[in-house]
Amino acid sequence: MKESGYTADEIMTVTAARQLRNGAVCFVGIGLPSAACNLARMSHAPGLVLIYESGTVGTKPSVLPLSIGDGELAETAVCVVPLPEIFTHYLQRGRVDVGFLGAAQIDRYGNLNTTVVGDYSKPKVRLPGAGGAPEIATHAREVLIVMKQSPRSFVPRLDFRTSCGFLDGAGHRRASGAPGRGPRVVVTDFGVLQPHPENDELQLTGIYPGVTVEAVRAATGWPLKVADTIEQLSAPNPAELVCLRDLHARTEAAHAHRVKI
Amino acid sequence: MALMMLTEAIARYVRDGQSVALEGFTHLIPFAAGHEVIRQQRRNLHLIRMTPDLIYDQMIGMGCASELTFSWGGNPGVGSLHRLRDAVEKDWPQPLKLHEHSHAEMAVAYTAGASGLPCGLTRRHADTDLAKVPDARVKAIECPFTGDSMTAVGAINPDVTILHAQQVDAAGNVLIRGIVGAAKEAAMAARALIVTVEELVEQLDADMNAIVLPDFLVTAVAVVPGGAYPSYAQGYYSRDNAFYMAWDDIARDRQRFRDWMERHVLALPDQAAFLRELQVSA
Repeated sequence: MKESGYTADEIMTVTAARQLRNGAVCFVGIGLPSAACNLARMSHAPGLVLIYESGTVGTKPSVLPLSIGDGELAETAVCVVPLPEIFTHYLQRGRVDVGFLGAAQIDRYGNLNTTVVGDYSKPKVRLPGAGGAPEIATHAREVLIVMKQSPRSFVPRLDFRTSCGFLDGAGHRRASGAPGRGPRVVVTDFGVLQPHPENDELQLTGIYPGVTVEAVRAATGWPLKVADTIEQLSAPNPAELVCLRDLHARTEAAHAHRVKI
Repeated sequence: MALMMLTEAIARYVRDGQSVALEGFTHLIPFAAGHEVIRQQRRNLHLIRMTPDLIYDQMIGMGCASELTFSWGGNPGVGSLHRLRDAVEKDWPQPLKLHEHSHAEMAVAYTAGASGLPCGLTRRHADTDLAKVPDARVKAIECPFTGDSMTAVGAINPDVTILHAQQVDAAGNVLIRGIVGAAKEAAMAARALIVTVEELVEQLDADMNAIVLPDFLVTAVAVVPGGAYPSYAQGYYSRDNAFYMAWDDIARDRQRFRDWMERHVLALPDQAAFLRELQVSA
């Protein structure tokens, strides 16, 4: 932080936000995806349409929600619909452009595990589970993934496949009939990975300032392939950092507020 | 209208071994009712909820449940539900049998239950391991018209659904507004419906297309102001996010959790006392 002037979370959030084009309909998860989507909406993509799975459509929160269903999301939404409609009329019907996912584990084909570490029936770590992810991964036109990169999270073999990326790769997803195109980009704390156009395997396509290819390889649990040309991704600019830090400061103040009835 | 005290509603309609759904997606979670189930020491419940949230963490940790049907079991934006994890990973205080779905599957399962259908349908999501877990209540089927691949999800019909809502009117009709989740579907799917409300009013403050549960669907109503706290009731009070963050530490340790529940739930008579103890209300 001292040397670069920004944190790993900040460059991940800014890099993810830059992936979002104005006007896209985006299905948002809590945490970093929510920060990235709102940063994009407050900067280069004011027309970004945010849908949270709680049923809030076109919401414009001024502070980040802690949960997927904070009142702030409902109060600033174009409409609030029953939850079954979000998954059927919006997502399944093909009305979501971008799905935004994270996970505890990812494999080289962008498949995700949010269910268990270890054996399902006797798990070492019981994770929260599927939530909306399997259908988001299937139906959104494209998927953005945001995850910190380490050999424990970027694994050669998932303990459990909760949500699909490219399945076994090499066109397997397309052949399965999944309507969405699958993961377009994985944003990590080292840079970005993107699927190879033919065999679908994730390869390193961009790195942040000061990051080496060797460091990214060491943080990956499989022999990571590297694209022929690697983009040097730019650091967060001052305007992005101010916007993001203001957003987090407003959020922190709001969440610390004790409720009185 | 079946207006009664919450203690009486739980005593009368929630029995050991039943399947019970306390719904409300982040919003309108019936905490007061859940605490009353804990006080009355119900056992071997099959709890059903899309997002177990803190209320099921508490009920599981206090030994009320032997089964759980759910689709996402975390403390939103904070981390794990430690009591849920302890039950699954270490069988404490007792083993917990899981039936898990995705949100979309649970939504159609409730909708099917509410519609008198044996199963609901989704377009098939691409292959995951969810369909392969023991007792998964999903099966691949083919559309008889188009041949499209779909997933059939077994209907969910809880013995009892419990909701929190904003208002009940003099005739016993119940109004829910804001983020409604799958509350209406869970209510219509149930064999008995208990509702706690913020207030009793002469006439509901409802638009023509508002979500109103007519009185003949409601088995019992109890007026419990603040009954969703630390969740929230749109128009009355907001979600106590600071409490949700503080819960992480309280629930991490078995003894600390037990002590907290003893002091804040078991030792107190009702939600009003709970809110006073936490200094949320005067």
